[in-house]
Amino acid sequence: MHSFWIILIGSFVAISCGLLGCFLILRKMAMVGDAISHAVLPGIVIAFIISESRDSFMMLIGAVSIGIFTTFLIEFLHRKGKLQTDASIGVTFTWLFAIGVILVSYTREAHIDEECVLFGEITYVSTDLWITDAGTNLGPRFVYITGVTLLLNLLFIIFGYKELKATTFDAAFAGIMGISATLWHYLLMGFVSMTTVASFESVGAILVIALLIAPPATAYLLTTNLKRMLILTSIIGVIVAVTGYYLAVLVNGSIAGAMSTMAGVLFALAFLFSPQEGILIKKRKIEQKTVNA
Amino acid sequence: MSDFATFFSFSDPNIRYVVFGSILLTASSAIVGSFTFLKKKALVGDAVAHSILPGVCLAFLLSGTKNPIYLIMGAFATGWLSLVFVDIISSKSKIKEDTAIGLVLSVFFGVGILLLTFIQSSNNANQSGLDDFLFGQAAYLVGQDLIVFSVVALVLLAAVWLFFKEFTLIAFDEAYARALGFPVRMLELILTSLTVLAVVTGIQAVGAVLMAAILITPAAAARFWTNNIVKMLFLAAIFGAFSGLGGAYISFTAPSMPTGPWIVVVVSSIAFFSFFFAPRKGIFHRIWLQKTNRSKILDENILKAFYQIGETLRDFMEPKTTDEILEKRFFKKHELLSGLRRLRRQGFVERKRNDAWQLTLAGKHKGQRVVKLHRLWELYLTKYLRIAPDHVHEDAETIEHILTPELEAQLERLLNYPTIDPHQSEIPYR
Repeated sequence: MHSFWIILIGSFVAISCGLLGCFLILRKMAMVGDAISHAVLPGIVIAFIISESRDSFMMLIGAVSIGIFTTFLIEFLHRKGKLQTDASIGVTFTWLFAIGVILVSYTREAHIDEECVLFGEITYVSTDLWITDAGTNLGPRFVYITGVTLLLNLLFIIFGYKELKATTFDAAFAGIMGISATLWHYLLMGFVSMTTVASFESVGAILVIALLIAPPATAYLLTTNLKRMLILTSIIGVIVAVTGYYLAVLVNGSIAGAMSTMAGVLFALAFLFSPQEGILIKKRKIEQKTVNA
Repeated sequence: MSDFATFFSFSDPNIRYVVFGSILLTASSAIVGSFTFLKKKALVGDAVAHSILPGVCLAFLLSGTKNPIYLIMGAFATGWLSLVFVDIISSKSKIKEDTAIGLVLSVFFGVGILLLTFIQSSNNANQSGLDDFLFGQAAYLVGQDLIVFSVVALVLLAAVWLFFKEFTLIAFDEAYARALGFPVRMLELILTSLTVLAVVTGIQAVGAVLMAAILITPAAAARFWTNNIVKMLFLAAIFGAFSGLGGAYISFTAPSMPTGPWIVVVVSSIAFFSFFFAPRKGIFHRIWLQKTNRSKILDENILKAFYQIGETLRDFMEPKTTDEILEKRFFKKHELLSGLRRLRRQGFVERKRNDAWQLTLAGKHKGQRVVKLHRLWELYLTKYLRIAPDHVHEDAETIEHILTPELEAQLERLLNYPTIDPHQSEIPYR
């Protein structure tokens, strides 16, 4: 049962992150996702200081507001201050993360240590159970948290598909159709922040980034169709969760680390052997062409 | 206050190590970071900072010791490899550079975590302390670290000094550098290696996540104060050094406070101050500039409207109501009123009755000049660029506020002091 729960949670997180990640990398905003997943730390700690509890809902609000603030600040410095985007991302998220670390050391009793934020505690999820007052065991708490997150993300992408697609590929056209690019931009960032905070306790920030970027990048090399890319990303996410878990068992190491590693391995395979984009395949095609000629 | 005195007397060797270690580190990283910033590759520092973890772990696994020389070599190897990967992925596939950076960063870090936990679970006796590489231990710097930092800082400074001209060139115009026959790839390799070196040493003080800030934030802040690269490097180094000192001081007065994050908070505060308040490039200055420009254009348009009404009435000095002006040209009512009040303060119009405004002589001349520039430019466009007369108005609307007296004289001479514009209106001369 232990391994089943971990793989299930891993897959939930992988699919949630992957779906959002597709839009991030298509919008050339992969590093904004990275920035948000670091910047939610102060949001979580401030929510803890204000509410004096580890109430998931408060943390969610804290993280989502900080996530949206991060996006806003990055854009603001870029547009109004004419600071180049990469620097504006770098300055913003390191500043927020540093504040987060300072706040953590200020509230020792928060029991949020940076290691936990970075690596997660997926190993212990099956001991953190949701047991009703009647004493019925409903399974690990994180299954519900990550499951609800996945459900919300699915609803967001299914109902907002047209709008997300239009604003991603042609913002001017979206504007003509009456879709506000700004609104959907911030909605997407809000969902990224929500997913990050819902996932970080179980899998850690680093795996969140790996899952936001690596499976979509892999799928991007395999197809040029957005719907297929989303489906492929989900499948790759599940494969990453399953193989990552067994790799971790094999070497007796961190599950989050092993899942990131597997995400990298799958990307490397696609990079080398993808039918359209793989560099070895491309090389072969060129060689064949020269032979034929 | 006694804290302050103890700290700044530097009599305690521990304080000395922490302070000078932090300053050397932040200042030298800031100088190298300035070049990556100018090359618009600020986030590669972040990628390297995350990617050295697997190298550290591998070096430990292979050598079986915690000898810093091996660990640094391992760190250097994977940090460097990560940049090669970013380069290959973004150049050989359709994946963009930022995606490649995020991908490499998270996967390398994940592999590092896997190795680290593998080492920890294999129960190797002397493994503890490897994770210092992740979070940094600036408060526990010792004399030996100081020597390492000094050597690295010297190497970085010497390299920047030696290759200053070349680095500047590849930062601003790589293609030109290549055309001049500089070994661009070799130079980039050196710059990359310097970045990795700075990260590898710096990370032990501030940790992986915050290392990116030490590299880019001082450079980003310095860029707002100057356009001169030498001044920018000096400023970045000063900002870096000051934040190193500040971070060390804060964590000294409040011992539970971590040094690394405070260094970053200090340098970020400098950066945000620069972004907002720097003269010429700061956000507030830009906003102010936009506002003054907008009101200048508004004022000139109001005077122009006065003049044009005067032309049709053949009387420029007749007082006009706001409604009469609005009939001639569209303004937002409140903007028109605030513009009129500003013009009155400057002596271009006078207020005769409650809603009756009259041009002064200076105002008439100013309005006349705007009209003249507008018509001169229309004539210039039709005559020299062969644009149809019905297409030139919009362009002239913009340029009339920008043309300087020198350009005005040049246009007059070029067009041989014309009197009629393409729409058969008179070009007024004083």
